[in-house]
Amino acid sequence: MSGVAAGAAVATGFAIETRGLAKHFGGFPAVDGIDLAVPSGSTYGFLGPNGSGKTTTIRVLLGLVGATAGTWTLLGEPMPQRAMSTLPRVGALVEGPAFYPWLSGHDNLARFDAMGPGGRSSTRAQRIAEALARVGLTAAAKKKYKAYSLGMRQRLGLALALIVPRQLLVLDEPTNGMDPQGTREIRHLVRQLGAEGTTVFLSSHLLSEVEQICSHVGVMHRGKLLMQGTLDDLRANANPKLRVESDDPARAAEVLSRMGVADLDRQGAQVVGTLDGVLPEDCCRALVEAGVAVRMLVKEQVSLEDAFVAMTGEGFDVAG
Amino acid sequence: MWLVEARTVLGRARVRVLLVVLAAVPVFLVVAVRLSGGPAAGNGPAFVDRVSHNAVFAALAALVVAMPFFIPLSVAVVAGDSIAGESSLGTLRYLLVQPAGRTRLLLAKAVVLALFCVVAAIDIVVVGLIAGIVLFPHGSVVTLSGTTISFADGVGRSLIAAVVVGASMFGLASIGLFVSTVSDAPIAVIAITVGLVIVSGILDSVSEVSFLHPWLFTHYWTAFYDLVRAPVYWHNIWKDLVLQAGYVAVFGAAAWARMTSRDVLA
Repeated sequence: MSGVAAGAAVATGFAIETRGLAKHFGGFPAVDGIDLAVPSGSTYGFLGPNGSGKTTTIRVLLGLVGATAGTWTLLGEPMPQRAMSTLPRVGALVEGPAFYPWLSGHDNLARFDAMGPGGRSSTRAQRIAEALARVGLTAAAKKKYKAYSLGMRQRLGLALALIVPRQLLVLDEPTNGMDPQGTREIRHLVRQLGAEGTTVFLSSHLLSEVEQICSHVGVMHRGKLLMQGTLDDLRANANPKLRVESDDPARAAEVLSRMGVADLDRQGAQVVGTLDGVLPEDCCRALVEAGVAVRMLVKEQVSLEDAFVAMTGEGFDVAG
Repeated sequence: MWLVEARTVLGRARVRVLLVVLAAVPVFLVVAVRLSGGPAAGNGPAFVDRVSHNAVFAALAALVVAMPFFIPLSVAVVAGDSIAGESSLGTLRYLLVQPAGRTRLLLAKAVVLALFCVVAAIDIVVVGLIAGIVLFPHGSVVTLSGTTISFADGVGRSLIAAVVVGASMFGLASIGLFVSTVSDAPIAVIAITVGLVIVSGILDSVSEVSFLHPWLFTHYWTAFYDLVRAPVYWHNIWKDLVLQAGYVAVFGAAAWARMTSRDVLA
């Protein structure tokens, strides 16, 4: 992309970079020595089940909690030493929105803007109006926050992250509690911000969300970063599956098993197995030569969920 | 930043209700004295027997009545909201990522809390003066020493009394601010802060621990009485201010140490 944002000019080329970052709570490693590398200009999906350490990582990155071990940089600046000069260029939504219930949406943004060094007061009114318009809250600007629905609250949280131009956006579960229409709008907005050159670090427990809007992905599991890279890297990591429909599924399973296809499972006339490096065309030839009448043979597209399960050996549930 | 913080705190409905309740103290006092004629000379709380003599004493008597409980309670409420309130709302994390800066934020909270202490006392005195002027004489004032000063001088001294009373709350306010950095629940901060006022008051009345008395933050809370002597007796007021400054230094440092090192998880 030619219109790369100023954030890309960072020496390391990474908007976020951590080395051995860890956070323990009373001996329990919530974040267990992770090495994040979020390229400038990327939209990075920080994926993991609830309780896997995503939010704690974000809190450490932003300096809200102290790291037990490790170092990190934001926009090339060492943290937390340079927090006061770096954080104004970072917009954040951390663990859901939080505002003053007795103030209007507009007044809430004005207060936060005035409490930090980020925004000039002469442009405040205009910046707030633009941020509210961007998240579709213009009509509710004068309404008290306590009267906002969960979706509106989430939008106001995003508006707060956008009241000054940012080089990096850290968004923790930005579509939480939103209706399908709102979810689509927010995903569109995030994609748009990414296209403008802002680096977006987006945590989510929704595989499909990350699949839709991210270029890069990191997978957290029990405080560890299992892998990171482009979405394609993640998919390549997983073992593709083979699905065969035939007149004799028992015989088909026997042949496939001999070929080295693993985890065979009979589903009516179909047999499903993990390819494990076996080529589907070899399987097809072997089946035909064995006299099995093949009606259908498919190498299945691996979803992120399958990739995740392949990596962790478990489902995408709350980590224990 | 301080102005924004002051506007947010003083503009809050809860704080406005506190100021109205504090303003009600002199109104009730003045009306009660008017209806009952007040206690005989030398009876009742300090100055109350003189309320019907002069509006200045209406203001000072209201301070005396509000000093042991109403003012400390409202200071505790604002202290509880200062950091623990932000923490319980979750707004603390967003203030810090703006970034407001932990030291800067604590300083703004401390300044506004101090401002509230003084505003609370001035609120009582001004309403007391107005209510007193409406119902009672407002000519020259007879001091506790028996001399006479002009009404303007009396008004000036009652306003100084308000500032002294406000400053007398600084020790309590700094304790409240420290507790507010430790707890995430404003109500716990209020309970602990008010509890300490009561404990300090009890200790101050137990002669067996008289060695402690000069160190208790409530010990010189009545020093402002000396402002209506002739000449003004500054000795205890001065001691009070030095003691409050000591509390501010100790608990302010503790609050800073906690604020700059704590994990913000709420």
